[in-house]
Amino acid sequence: MATKAVRKRTYIWVWITLMCLTGLTGGISLINLHAWSAPIAFAIAVIKALLVATFFMHLLYEKQKIVWVWSAVGIVWLTIMIVLTMDDYVTRGFLRVAGK
Amino acid sequence: MSDTSLKLSGNEALNARSLHEQYAELDQQREAATLGMWVFLVTEVMFFGGMIMGYIAYRFAYPEAFREGSIHMLFMAGTINTAVLITASLFVAFAVHGAREGNRKLLVWCLLISMFLGICFLAIKGYEYHDHWVEHKVPGIDFQWDGPDPRHAELFFVLYFFLTGFHALHMLIGVTVLGIITCFAWKGRYTPEYHNPVENAALYWHFVDIVWIFLYPMLYLIGHQHL
Repeated sequence: MATKAVRKRTYIWVWITLMCLTGLTGGISLINLHAWSAPIAFAIAVIKALLVATFFMHLLYEKQKIVWVWSAVGIVWLTIMIVLTMDDYVTRGFLRVAGK
Repeated sequence: MSDTSLKLSGNEALNARSLHEQYAELDQQREAATLGMWVFLVTEVMFFGGMIMGYIAYRFAYPEAFREGSIHMLFMAGTINTAVLITASLFVAFAVHGAREGNRKLLVWCLLISMFLGICFLAIKGYEYHDHWVEHKVPGIDFQWDGPDPRHAELFFVLYFFLTGFHALHMLIGVTVLGIITCFAWKGRYTPEYHNPVENAALYWHFVDIVWIFLYPMLYLIGHQHL
């Protein structure tokens, strides 16, 4: 077997952590932290997604390295799309263009 | 597989029937199936990624309109749905555990519970859509807004309906796939050596869960005025 058996207890601990993080992010959203709200909510979402991918989707136990490469590729392509697009939108106001 | 000879002849026959001719052994077939599923999931990342890109660009341009739009989300419904999906994922993980151990009872029951939770998610989502309909928040058809920037608030709702609509469609497909898997599992088609369809359906389900994990803060948590 390329993936070894995961104990049920592990799944339950991951589930408890995910539920706590959901409560945490929901609770934090009730407080107005201004510019910090979105980065904190996003960071918690990333942690939750990583927990699901590593344990529920067995990425941690996957012995085929090519599967790790593909899962990373998904993130890399998405990052390229978002960073290169936003790099345009964010910097548009930086230089004054004559006649604009 | 050195212990194959110890297994029941019934399982052996099933395993032999499940091995497609282009593969040398079941392990090789399973590796190909897992890799193929991950490649498909990456294309799904890009599918949702396009809409998320649109959300990021417009939220950057109109942060205030998006914040006002988010206030009209049903915060509790979104939070409960997040919990429902995470719990469904837990039971799908248990189902895979059951398949690996050859525990048919655990497999079938966990799949049924996951399907039930998936339907609960869709029902709550439907309740939310109904609420938006009654509140005249359906862009293009019936959209009324008293805030300062109705055009861009409408844009938030366009993205909301596309993102959650496509996510709900994926949920519907996920529930259907789990239903088919449950039928085969019930008939005893899967063995500890061969249960690729269970593993791949589970990967799909967890992926749809991850999409929601990101949609929840994007759509529900940027308003700060829920109480």
